Amino acid sequence: MLKTRLIPCLDVKNGRVVKGVQFLDLVDAGDPVESARAYDKAGADELCFLDITASAEARGTILDVVRRTAEACFMPVTVGGGVRNLDDIRALLLAGADKVSINTAAVRDKTIVARAAAKFGTQAIVVAIDAKKVSLANESERFEIFTHGGRNPTGIDAVEFACDVARLGAGEILLTSMDRDGTKIGYDIPLTKAISNAVNIPVVASGGVGTLDHLVDGVKLGGASAVLAASIFHFGTYTIMEAKQHMAKAGIAMRLD
Amino acid sequence: MKIALIDYDAGNIHSVRKALNVAASNIGLSIDVSVGSDPDTICKADRIVLPGDGAFADCVEHLRAVEGLTEALGEAVHKKGHPFLGICVGMQLLATKGLELGETAGLDWLKGTVERIQPNDKALKVPHMGWNTLNARQPHPLLNNIELGTNGLHAYFLHAYHFIPHNMNDVIATSEYGQAITAVIAKDNIAGTQFHPEKSQKLGVQLLQNFLNWTP
Repeated sequence: MLKTRLIPCLDVKNGRVVKGVQFLDLVDAGDPVESARAYDKAGADELCFLDITASAEARGTILDVVRRTAEACFMPVTVGGGVRNLDDIRALLLAGADKVSINTAAVRDKTIVARAAAKFGTQAIVVAIDAKKVSLANESERFEIFTHGGRNPTGIDAVEFACDVARLGAGEILLTSMDRDGTKIGYDIPLTKAISNAVNIPVVASGGVGTLDHLVDGVKLGGASAVLAASIFHFGTYTIMEAKQHMAKAGIAMRLD
Repeated sequence: MKIALIDYDAGNIHSVRKALNVAASNIGLSIDVSVGSDPDTICKADRIVLPGDGAFADCVEHLRAVEGLTEALGEAVHKKGHPFLGICVGMQLLATKGLELGETAGLDWLKGTVERIQPNDKALKVPHMGWNTLNARQPHPLLNNIELGTNGLHAYFLHAYHFIPHNMNDVIATSEYGQAITAVIAKDNIAGTQFHPEKSQKLGVQLLQNFLNWTP
């Protein structure tokens, strides 16, 4: 049977792994190629590589980092960050990415998802959704998409958008709660559940993991097909195998090869 | 041993090359992997690997766009009988036709159709994405030293469409995903895996070692 995936995420800025709190206050967490190699050996199910380099000229180096990272591991790699068009996607796939994640470009124009899926196959196209809760305490829960590291509200409803991109051919949704990112208080379960229930493609839960029970909750309560975390692994709080064994003990089917 | 790794602008060639080199070094075999689409090189190779990521129709188009490529593949595989391995869409292209975004003719080396996965269990999501175990349908040298079954090793799958063969004797192993998904096919010197051996850690390297040792 298909196993639930555990995915460490490398946020890469100017060629280094960094990790912040709610997309700010970045601290250095090492070399991406070394990290990839270590996670591969540790039994991670996939690697997520998000390029958060801001300046256009610095972005040129990313293909080389992706190439070396993909070369360093025998597991699939999803690469995202700053993907604007089909040429960007092609370049990343040729550099060794197995899946490419589109964020702002899809928010700007959803049809890029359909064009990318027709070209590269639905399985290679991930849409990254960064959402924040916008409903008030006395309202029913509503989540809105934000771009540019959470600075720009879009007015787009996250659940509706997820359904739209799934219909257009996205193969997976990488769902980050911007309220929870880096907080270590757990995934936003209502958000995760709302999106997982709404689409028939896999959803990766992201943002907020601080304990191993949070990973379990993402799957059991949130309905995620895969769970992503960064800090708890980068800074050695838990190993990949500890996390997988914990999830397996909680009754989730995990790969423990 | 000369390996032709076919590059027809359809995906991740480097991972496959790296994995082949690791597999060869594990069994003390010296291989020379040439990446490209030159018909002459393909005809001179001892073994051929056809990878592929992407949509069926787009991959077929790229394959046919290289002059003399399908003819060279046909000659090496059918006339000379050299071992051939298709990976993911590279396996699906062997089918009679694919139904991803309209109907497209495949190479028709193995009779069958590539159709969208429609699990009986509606809770199962498509694409079939992640690590799954293999169930053998028949013994085959490509599965040597690979632990199969529910408690066996895992292979990495990443696909929304799957190969439905006309002749079930061509199916070597399946994976369970709301239905039996064709995971490994083989007929004579032609083989294919729906999963990505180059991304499947232990199982993948062993399968590639088996392919390099395979004498069909």
